[in-house]
Amino acid sequence: MQYQTRFGSLDKFEKGTIELINDNAKHYVFSNVFDVANKSKPYEKVVVGKNLQYVIEALRAEGDSPWFAASHDEFAVAMEGEIEVHYIKLDDAQKIAPANKEGSVRIQGTPSGRKMGVIKLKRGHQALLPVGAAYQFRAKKRGVLLLQTILGENSVEKWADICHQ
Amino acid sequence: MDTVQNVIATEPDRVTGYRSFHLGSFAFSRDAYFVTIKWPAKGETRSHQMPADAFLRALMRDVAWGFFYGWVNFDDVIGTRNLYGKVDLYAGAYNDSLKKAGVDFTEQFATPVITATFKAILADWVNEGFDPFAAPEETGSAFGFKHGDNIAAIERFRVATKRMPGLDGDSPLRGDLAVNRQFQDVTQDEPEILAEPGFEKELHGFNLFKYLSRSDVTWNPSVTSVCKASLFCPTTEEYILPIFHGNDRVEWFVQLSDTIVWEVADKNTGAPRARVTMNAGDVAAMPADIRHKGFSTKRSMLLVWENVTPDLPKRYDRGELKPWPVDF
Repeated sequence: MQYQTRFGSLDKFEKGTIELINDNAKHYVFSNVFDVANKSKPYEKVVVGKNLQYVIEALRAEGDSPWFAASHDEFAVAMEGEIEVHYIKLDDAQKIAPANKEGSVRIQGTPSGRKMGVIKLKRGHQALLPVGAAYQFRAKKRGVLLLQTILGENSVEKWADICHQ
Repeated sequence: MDTVQNVIATEPDRVTGYRSFHLGSFAFSRDAYFVTIKWPAKGETRSHQMPADAFLRALMRDVAWGFFYGWVNFDDVIGTRNLYGKVDLYAGAYNDSLKKAGVDFTEQFATPVITATFKAILADWVNEGFDPFAAPEETGSAFGFKHGDNIAAIERFRVATKRMPGLDGDSPLRGDLAVNRQFQDVTQDEPEILAEPGFEKELHGFNLFKYLSRSDVTWNPSVTSVCKASLFCPTTEEYILPIFHGNDRVEWFVQLSDTIVWEVADKNTGAPRARVTMNAGDVAAMPADIRHKGFSTKRSMLLVWENVTPDLPKRYDRGELKPWPVDF
């Protein structure tokens, strides 16, 4: 028998369900990353998981993103599409993303520093977004990214729009 | 009766070949089909039985996970609560009927003591050909009189990741393991990494789905990325989660592929609260006041997301944090 592994996509996903017995659907904070990305602006950092200050963000990858950096490691998982991650070693990482500031910091324009290289992601690939480096996503076609990070000034929370109620 | 490293065990039974074990006031024995657990309550000896395969699958997770985050219910009677350094072993303490009848019992042990006994039980009761980590289609039977053992299966190397697998000095990728029979269609390519000179060790990526497709165990999360106290712990799931996990903090799931159905019940009483069906791309929280058990017909990829901030269980216990993560 040939098994078929089912992954989701922007064009084909089936959001699951909650069958309540004695509970409140809101407590499960149930969303779908493809549904969220379909309704988002490119590279809008929509929070789909929140555990105190820690978050998972769903990003619709389309075109070039702004440059971002953080005072801590972040991680990106490509859920769909072909997405490049470009890296620059920041000349002044402490100034752009100081240690007391958590979450992704958006950088105006292209930051100064040495080019570190590029990682080309396809579905299922995970990339390190290391502390001290700025990164930019580039996608010729639409894709979806999951970001493991910390709630920051660019995080967007719109739970009522994305979750089962 | 032998005592080795705080483990109290009988000689092998002359008929079944299995040893029996004592841990505090609890007694554990098994026969060809069943495990029997006994404890004292109301001046009597109370007992409970579980199928041997279900008991060993649950015990294997409890040991492999270091008693995990919170409650590991083997079924609706027996289980453990992790107090991080100590462990409560209980019978009926989180079962509404047994609790109300006053026939429940809880005893606390130092973690190394209960670990040693549980490991000894696994070593003696897991027969040759049975792998408690494997899906039922992938393993032999747990039943029958004692025949051999399977030490290699129960002492698998536990992956400890500091930052991300594949980095220098960090946990290994799984290139040496075979692709699972249910993930043969999962693409095995790796991300293309074009590092400028001098940055070869700073840029890093890997194929997470390939990594998961090569997992040789089920329901056994491994850390694949660390953002301070935020841990991504993906795992592959097939058949039934062998325990009912009671949360001592909010836990999150991201369904990466296929479907899992979760039965959710009240953490303290076991009363059913909801059934949650998660398809690929779905994200859901498991609140801090529930217990949950998953069902996965097709082997699936699940991202378990944990917050390992040390004082979280106490903050939830004190009511400082609500059991659900977000108000909207």
